[in-house]
Amino acid sequence: MGVTLQFIPYTEIEDLSSLGRIRKLLTIAKNNKIVLLEGRLRKEEEVELIKTTMEEINDDFRGIEMAVIYPGEDTEDMLKKLKFGFINILIGNRLGITILGPASIVKEIKKDPKRIQLVTEDDGTTKVHLKEKQKRNNHSANKAKNSKKRR
Amino acid sequence: MIDAIKKFINSFFMDLFQNKKHIKLGLYGPPNGGKTTLANKICKDWLGETMGKVSSIAHETREIQIKEQINIKSGRKELSFNLVDTPGIATKIDFEEFMKKGLGEKDAKKRAKEATKGVIDAIKWLDDMDCVIVVLDATKDPYSQVNITIIGNLEARDIPVLIVANKIDLRKSDIKKVQAAFPQYTVVGISAKKGTNIDKLYEGVFDLVA
Repeated sequence: MGVTLQFIPYTEIEDLSSLGRIRKLLTIAKNNKIVLLEGRLRKEEEVELIKTTMEEINDDFRGIEMAVIYPGEDTEDMLKKLKFGFINILIGNRLGITILGPASIVKEIKKDPKRIQLVTEDDGTTKVHLKEKQKRNNHSANKAKNSKKRR
Repeated sequence: MIDAIKKFINSFFMDLFQNKKHIKLGLYGPPNGGKTTLANKICKDWLGETMGKVSSIAHETREIQIKEQINIKSGRKELSFNLVDTPGIATKIDFEEFMKKGLGEKDAKKRAKEATKGVIDAIKWLDDMDCVIVVLDATKDPYSQVNITIIGNLEARDIPVLIVANKIDLRKSDIKKVQAAFPQYTVVGISAKKGTNIDKLYEGVFDLVA
């Protein structure tokens, strides 16, 4: 069985309301696709996403698997944490990557802080090495930050 | 009116001299982490009775359960709280998983429906908590997004958190992994089932509300 990954740049959700963001991600997951979102939802949106997912579970839709990976999450260095916190304030939650898929396809997401491994239904294990993606993501985040500064 | 004033003065002086606090303490975490086993242990220790049913099938607790007026003591310190045991928070609930554990289709679907409602209720109750014990299964991967989302949301709401790495009686348990995943929090390793390190947990609760 093929697995479809759909990349969503942060610009596509940036101007949406919390509900709009959640709807967009869930609609894609309910169409049996795996979402690769540039950046992450706000903390309160993550919990709302769980709540909305629960409201929509039925015989066909069994929920989602989700993981978020972002720079600085595994560091105990306060300076680095402050730096990433500051960047977050400047550019929103654009840093990092969120991966989310329907539970019918994604059986499990194993995560160490820098790597995500998807275990899919036909026991095919899909390893998604996000380090490269992360670097590109950080690069685009830096570009956005610089353009905001220029403005 | 006079009664109300008397009540207020009594409770004020009680708090002042007995260092007594009254709070709402929530037990949160993913399903099958041992929240109800821990709730039962706490209730057994201080009230002499249990709180809820435990099971090896996930989502046994599907409704919020509250035990009021639990008073715990340690030296001169005393703490009075309402214990709130919540359904496990999950991002997926599959009735077929319950069928694999021996439930019939009808029961499995009913359990799944109740479980989804339980998760929603648990999330709604987050705002009502004064402090929370997050109960994690120390034999499982602590980096799951559910754990990170629960703890992140408690942090965002300024609710004090104590993390419990439960099931340390099992060989596969790894407290260090839980500590590494959440370095900014106090992590207490316990076995709710066997009662191991429960005193350390109570000390942790006193520190949490201090």
